[in-house]
Amino acid sequence: MAVFNQSRQTTIQLIMAIVFGIILIRLMSLQVFSGKYAKLANDQAILRKVVYPSRGIIFDRKGKAILDNVTMYDLMVTPSQVKGVDTATLCRILGIDTAEFKKRILTAIIKNSRNRSSVFEPLLTPDKYAKINENLFRFQPAFFLQERPIRGYPFKAAAHILGYVGEVDSAMLKRSNFFYQMGDYAGRTGLENYYERILMGERGIQYILRDNFNRPIGPYEKGMFDTVSVAGRNLNTYIDIEVQQLAEKLLSNKVGSVVAIEPQTGGIIAMATGPTFDPNELTGPEARKNFSRLFLDPASPLLNRGMQGVYPPGSTFKPLGGLVALDEGLITPSFGYPCFGRYGPCGRPACTHHNAGHAANLKIAIANSCNSYFADLFRKAIDNRNYPGVEGGLQQWKSYMNAFGLGHRIGVDLPGEYAGYIPDTARYNKVFRRGGWNSCTIASLGIGQGEIQATPLQMANAMCMIANRGWYYIPHFVDSIENETEADTILNKYRRKITPLHIPDSAYQAVIDGMEMVVTNGTARNAKIEGFNVCAKTGTVENYFRGKKQKDHSFFVAFAPKENPRIAICVVVENAGFGATWAAPIASLLMEKFLTDSITQKRQAEVDRISNVSIIPTKIKYERAVRDSIKRVKDSLIRLRLEREQKARIDSSENTVYLMDDEMYKSLPVRVPNRKLPLQQTDYFVMQDNRWKIKQPFNRNNKA
Amino acid sequence: MTQKQETIGKGVDTTVVLLYYALVLIGLIAIFSVEYRFNDNVLQSILELKKNYAKQILFIGVSGLTAVVILLIDSKFFTTTANLLYFFGILLMLLTFVIGKDISGSRSWIALGGGFNLQPAELCKVFTSLALAKYLSRQETDFTNIRSQLISFAIVLSPAVLSIAQKETGLALVYFSFFLVLYREGLPPGYLIIGFSGIVLFVAAIVVDPDVLAIALTVIGLLVIYFLWRKIKRNRSILFIIVMVWVFAIGLQRVALPVLFDKVFKPYQVERILGMFGKEYEPKDPVRKAMLEKEMATGKKKDRNYNVKQSKIAIGSGGLLGKGFLKGVTTQGDFVPEQHTDFIFTAVAESFGFWGSALMLGLYFFMLMRIIIIAERQRSTFSRVYAYSVASILFFHIFINICMTIGLMPVIGITLPLLSYGGSSLITFTTLIFIMLRLDANRQMVLR
Repeated sequence: MAVFNQSRQTTIQLIMAIVFGIILIRLMSLQVFSGKYAKLANDQAILRKVVYPSRGIIFDRKGKAILDNVTMYDLMVTPSQVKGVDTATLCRILGIDTAEFKKRILTAIIKNSRNRSSVFEPLLTPDKYAKINENLFRFQPAFFLQERPIRGYPFKAAAHILGYVGEVDSAMLKRSNFFYQMGDYAGRTGLENYYERILMGERGIQYILRDNFNRPIGPYEKGMFDTVSVAGRNLNTYIDIEVQQLAEKLLSNKVGSVVAIEPQTGGIIAMATGPTFDPNELTGPEARKNFSRLFLDPASPLLNRGMQGVYPPGSTFKPLGGLVALDEGLITPSFGYPCFGRYGPCGRPACTHHNAGHAANLKIAIANSCNSYFADLFRKAIDNRNYPGVEGGLQQWKSYMNAFGLGHRIGVDLPGEYAGYIPDTARYNKVFRRGGWNSCTIASLGIGQGEIQATPLQMANAMCMIANRGWYYIPHFVDSIENETEADTILNKYRRKITPLHIPDSAYQAVIDGMEMVVTNGTARNAKIEGFNVCAKTGTVENYFRGKKQKDHSFFVAFAPKENPRIAICVVVENAGFGATWAAPIASLLMEKFLTDSITQKRQAEVDRISNVSIIPTKIKYERAVRDSIKRVKDSLIRLRLEREQKARIDSSENTVYLMDDEMYKSLPVRVPNRKLPLQQTDYFVMQDNRWKIKQPFNRNNKA
Repeated sequence: MTQKQETIGKGVDTTVVLLYYALVLIGLIAIFSVEYRFNDNVLQSILELKKNYAKQILFIGVSGLTAVVILLIDSKFFTTTANLLYFFGILLMLLTFVIGKDISGSRSWIALGGGFNLQPAELCKVFTSLALAKYLSRQETDFTNIRSQLISFAIVLSPAVLSIAQKETGLALVYFSFFLVLYREGLPPGYLIIGFSGIVLFVAAIVVDPDVLAIALTVIGLLVIYFLWRKIKRNRSILFIIVMVWVFAIGLQRVALPVLFDKVFKPYQVERILGMFGKEYEPKDPVRKAMLEKEMATGKKKDRNYNVKQSKIAIGSGGLLGKGFLKGVTTQGDFVPEQHTDFIFTAVAESFGFWGSALMLGLYFFMLMRIIIIAERQRSTFSRVYAYSVASILFFHIFINICMTIGLMPVIGITLPLLSYGGSSLITFTTLIFIMLRLDANRQMVLR
């Protein structure tokens, strides 16, 4: 029988061979021909962790670190280990209740699963950190502290220059061509942003093996593929942090700005803006809250007015007008103009001012800031016969202004610089139609009023050009980069001397003499500094807000010393009155501070006086008042609602219906302004199963 | 003593022994790679028997001892006690219903104490082989006789039925491997063909759209009638048979399969079967749907067919040459569930790639072929049937286990012989193989 079936041995062997063959073919297709599995395996098992290097430090001109790195701590939690931890103590230290605690744990689980650690409380305040560190043994291993380096500003100054670091947003991700990843931190404003690539260093990458619960289990291949991070490089700047601090102090409770530049190098010594804020506010645990407060302040403290505030330069523009006239050969320095306190030739008297008869020559005209004189110079320039008609004259004048650095972005090493504005023929052709305007129509440009707009930075730079007698470097903050190499081209444009015009030295000399006289016996005698010859020009700028005339802006530009200029400065105090009243003493104090490295005892009192005065423009005061009253109304509404709810809870044995009615509105402590506020809606509260539910919004407008 | 030492080794097939140890060693290495983590103290783990690889070393030792004991036993012992052992095995399986221990959903284990458990269904494979060999080698057995065939079916399938009752479907499936043995011993090939056609029909019913399949079946039926028309003319009963087969096929596809899926199988089983063919299971019955969702929610599975996905990732990522020993990221990260037992092949495939897997399969294939050669050189029917049983059982285990890891079969919990971690499995296969070697050593003797 057995022998009979022997052939079946072959069949069975064949079946086995076929099955093994099928398995081998399948294995071949899985392992050899299908590449996707290797990628899938690595994706789920290897974590690519980016290691962030410490950011570079920024030093001032004396080598003081004005922006460095501070270590703060995040409290981390691993939710799966929380059982048995002394949560009561922890809640007490952090000042939260158990409901909040549970909520945070839940958020952590949702965010990162229960086996991985996530942030429980970011950036602990020093006080909380100390308490938690002391009691850490009670909370371990579920809770632990993780170092987190953040930016620190030891001098609490120069917020706008230095900028802040923040999480990148989606727009930035796209712009960087996905160089950044979600959750990365990058410089958002200021030098932090402009020099981002230098300050950030090079990110390192670690490959970490993880298990099926996403827990890290060790380095992949013993770190063979890891790249090391390279620390960010430091920046040396021209900033004098003491001058900067003083500037911010002098601008406190005022709206305005200060820009001080070193003429020989174009290095910016200080760029202050008022109102300002402590830059540490935007890095610590309260950063988000502080940012929204600053963002919503009507005085816009986040605005860097030094380069983002645009104003008509007013009389501070006059030295430039003088230079144009001299270079074009329209006048000589001894040219005089009969000044009657107003400018008559254009029919309707314009550019009035008091104290007639003070324009015997250019020097005196500058010293006394004679409007008629400079209006006349301007008209001469516009009606210059060398150029075809008014349009030709204006174009020529505009090209002068552009050469002085007005009307276009200068190119400072901060992001977000404003261009200012120099009107051209197209503008007037549009407003007055072609041929419908002449030099009289636009004469106010000659005294820096009207359509012309400049930033304090541009005015300070123009002063540098005058101080240097015809050349300047593009104003910039950064002097050098640590370990600078050929590849660092970012500073190249700041090392090129710019000589846009070839105005003869004699012309500069005449204007500078005039500016010196401004201080010696002109409009700004209070700007004197002992031992230095200061050249300056005051400005009192008319301005309008929504068509209403506001108090004049106080303007002042200067440089010193006359012979060997070391500092050029522009000060603006908005709506503060005469240029000589506020801007001049501020500029004088700052120049003294920079030149002598100190302030004399006598003038220290002046510092205190100025910094204690509050000159907040009325429009800002008004807007602040509106904002505060809206907030008060909202708060009281919430309070009232809570009170009602509480009351209802006490006497609710059956279902009751409450309505936020007109009476309730009348009982509000503040009158609701007649504008659209979210108060138009009323809510129905219905008691059901001991819980309050908002039934439906009730629209007051439809009630009638 | 020295004489006995000589007799142990005498006549034993060294090729099979070498293959046996090669595979056991591969298994140990694989289990080690599954469990070992950077900086583990291996020596301490082995001494304290904490890790699975340490326990596996112990099991290998015990298996070696078992092998020695078996080789010392007289061959006649197995023929005489075959039936007794079979009843003993059945008794043990019945015992599990009384004192069974619940391990991962099936009550098929008996606790032995000390953390060790015995799975009688595993051991029963040995006993069934012996009993089948005994029955077929009886002088009075005539295998062409339907009655003998039915009795041998009964011997083979009773443990399978008990296994299904224990919810160990995988082990039950293994008992069908005995049909290969029966085929060798003269079972008409019709059985195998019918069985094979049944499987094809079953798969087709799942994969192909029901209406398309019905039309295809009808067309095939008509074609068969057309080609066999002459024969049918001579013998009308052929037409009747064809029509009956057609009715049966349509009935299976239209009635039996839906009933099987919606009433008999557990939702998760249906899920697995359908998942293998890349289909989602959406029960129409809300009660079953809820059951399925509950199983999904309470189970450790992260998603449907998680095991197979991870297993395929591990195997596929190995590539041609593998990632190297202890360098498999999927293995190191514990991504494959049950990797040290049923999915041990994934560890081999990830670390050593296609060439490693192929080598391992080659060893298995070589072993199977060797066993068949051994079977055919036996003089006694008992030894031959037994050796064929060993080959068939090994073949089914390897076939089902590897096909399940590479996604060619639904996930059925059966081990990879000699490689998977586990004492029951290892000792059973050792016993199975070494009894065969013992019988082979005495192949000149005719055993009844």
